[in-house]
Amino acid sequence: MNPSKLYVIPIQLSDNSLLDPLLAYLTHDFGVPAEILRRELDLAKAYNVERDQYYSSMILAQLIENPPESAFRILGVTGLDIYIPVLTYLFGEAQFKGIGALVSTFRLRNEFYGRPSDAQLFEERLFKEAVHELGHTFGLPHCHYPGCVMNSSTDIDDVAEKMVSFCRACAQIVRQDRPL
Amino acid sequence: MDKENIGILIVDDEFSVRDSLAKWFLSDGFRVGTAESADVAMTRLGEQPWDIVLLDIKMPGMDGIEFNRHIRSVDKDIIVIIITAYSSVDTAVQALKDGAFDYVSKPVDPDDLTHTIRNAVEKRRLAQENIQLKQRIEDLTMPDEIVGTSPQIKRVLEMIATVAQTDATVMIRGESGTGKELAARAIHGNSHRRYAPIISVNCGAFTETLLESELFGHEKGAFTGACTRRKGKLERADKGTIFFGEIGNISPKMQMDLLRVIETKQFTRLGGDTPVHVDFRIISATHRNLEEAVAAGEFREDLYFRLNVFTIDMPPLRERPEDIPLLANCFLQMYSRSMTRGVREIAPDAMQMLVSYDWRRNVRELRNVIERAIVLSSGEKIIGRDLSFPFRYRAKQQGDTMEEIEKAHIGRILERTEWNISQAASVLGIDRTTLYTKIKKYGLSKPS
Ligand SMILES: [Zn+2]
Ligand SMILES: [Zn+2]
Repeated sequence: MNPSKLYVIPIQLSDNSLLDPLLAYLTHDFGVPAEILRRELDLAKAYNVERDQYYSSMILAQLIENPPESAFRILGVTGLDIYIPVLTYLFGEAQFKGIGALVSTFRLRNEFYGRPSDAQLFEERLFKEAVHELGHTFGLPHCHYPGCVMNSSTDIDDVAEKMVSFCRACAQIVRQDRPL
Repeated sequence: MDKENIGILIVDDEFSVRDSLAKWFLSDGFRVGTAESADVAMTRLGEQPWDIVLLDIKMPGMDGIEFNRHIRSVDKDIIVIIITAYSSVDTAVQALKDGAFDYVSKPVDPDDLTHTIRNAVEKRRLAQENIQLKQRIEDLTMPDEIVGTSPQIKRVLEMIATVAQTDATVMIRGESGTGKELAARAIHGNSHRRYAPIISVNCGAFTETLLESELFGHEKGAFTGACTRRKGKLERADKGTIFFGEIGNISPKMQMDLLRVIETKQFTRLGGDTPVHVDFRIISATHRNLEEAVAAGEFREDLYFRLNVFTIDMPPLRERPEDIPLLANCFLQMYSRSMTRGVREIAPDAMQMLVSYDWRRNVRELRNVIERAIVLSSGEKIIGRDLSFPFRYRAKQQGDTMEEIEKAHIGRILERTEWNISQAASVLGIDRTTLYTKIKKYGLSKPS
């Protein structure tokens, strides 16, 4: 079977209503049907009591274990606060030139920063971070092109500075890797 | 100096630290090397040149302070950033005295790490430019949206290229959708500040108090809801560019505060008293006639002159129809990446409609029309039928009245929501009663 599906795995999401728009957007943007995939994960393994956070790489490793043959890419979407040991937090992590990526919604909501809730802005941020992390799986590094979704963002306000789409150069690299 | 040419060597005995930092910097586009001990680090330093060394100062069997001195004796321009645990901050301070560039403590705030590395890169770049004396002439990078052959857009491009070489403030004027922010990004992207961010602030979108906290940031507990310390946009723009959209909308108090920041290059966060020093370039944009606002006493004249060293006027799209085919094709390429759709070209009839349409929302509107057409199009070509215009299609100078436009718009929204009144009212941003009144007034009726 051809790897022809972009699988989205929900992990501890408080709000599942964001999934449908996300699937629709990813399908449109990558030109590959995006679908939900259910997976049992051992989250306790990734949990760090002291930090009250989840080790991102450990979740990512589980996401890409024995992937279905039809998997073109696998994206985990989690409501958990994720980290890697050397950093205090992450918006997401991806396998560089791999198939797996993970995004966390935990720090994408306005409420986290004491600002008024904004569902549309939240959705936009989620789309950007999802596309961004998937971009890394195509081997894209961070891009300097103004507004490209591959601009690096380590602060929530950086996310606003980029668009939801790739610049032309990045898009070309993504396009080369698309299944037939 | 591109990032690929900047080498970062990570020296740490902990695998997880080396591994995660290496991934982090690789995805950021740097050349990365790792070493688990001082010995290995010395070998790496001998193999190829490195620009930045991230050094864990406490590794078994190594004196970090000694090693830091040693690295700098190999190449005094190498930038050493110390990684430390909170417990060994004293040692880090000693290393700073010995010439280390900065230190970060584990675990690092990713945003702080980004800033530290950016400052290091900037320092390294300045050092190298001094060595090279002659600056490399790089090609201008321009966003796709600012293209064209019309004399108006050529002037804009020339201005961008010129002001990018300076650090002067720029005022960009133009109607909504003409690409004022894109022009600002192009200036930033071609300036020496391009490795630092451009931070944009839409001055029209905030209340005065909110804008204040967005710009200046706040200390923990400065007000209800401020549960963490937060850097403001001015601080985030350090070494880069700050873009003020709709600058004409800021309050008199904010005008004064901003003037003070421009003059002193420093400010304090809300609820704090430590001055924060900043270095950024200001680009602002307005659709208003600020000269009139100054004359009317609504906008401070001193601030106006501070912000307006260069002026760039963005031409409305309808005044340069010759650029429309180029722009339309450009957006076509950009969006037909939505890969299942093999839309390749715009048919002549559709192109003719695009060229003669009265683009009141300018380039942004053109982009939206093309994007929607790609989604709607069923073939390889976009034809006239695929085009849906936000306002009913009209060629230029036809003089539609506001009423006609409103009627058409309401009609379209009703169609889209399949005459679900609540939904349509919410899309239109009016209440249901108003919508009913308007349906009646315009004689709109549900198709049977
Ligand atoms: Zn990234
Ligand atoms: Zn890019």
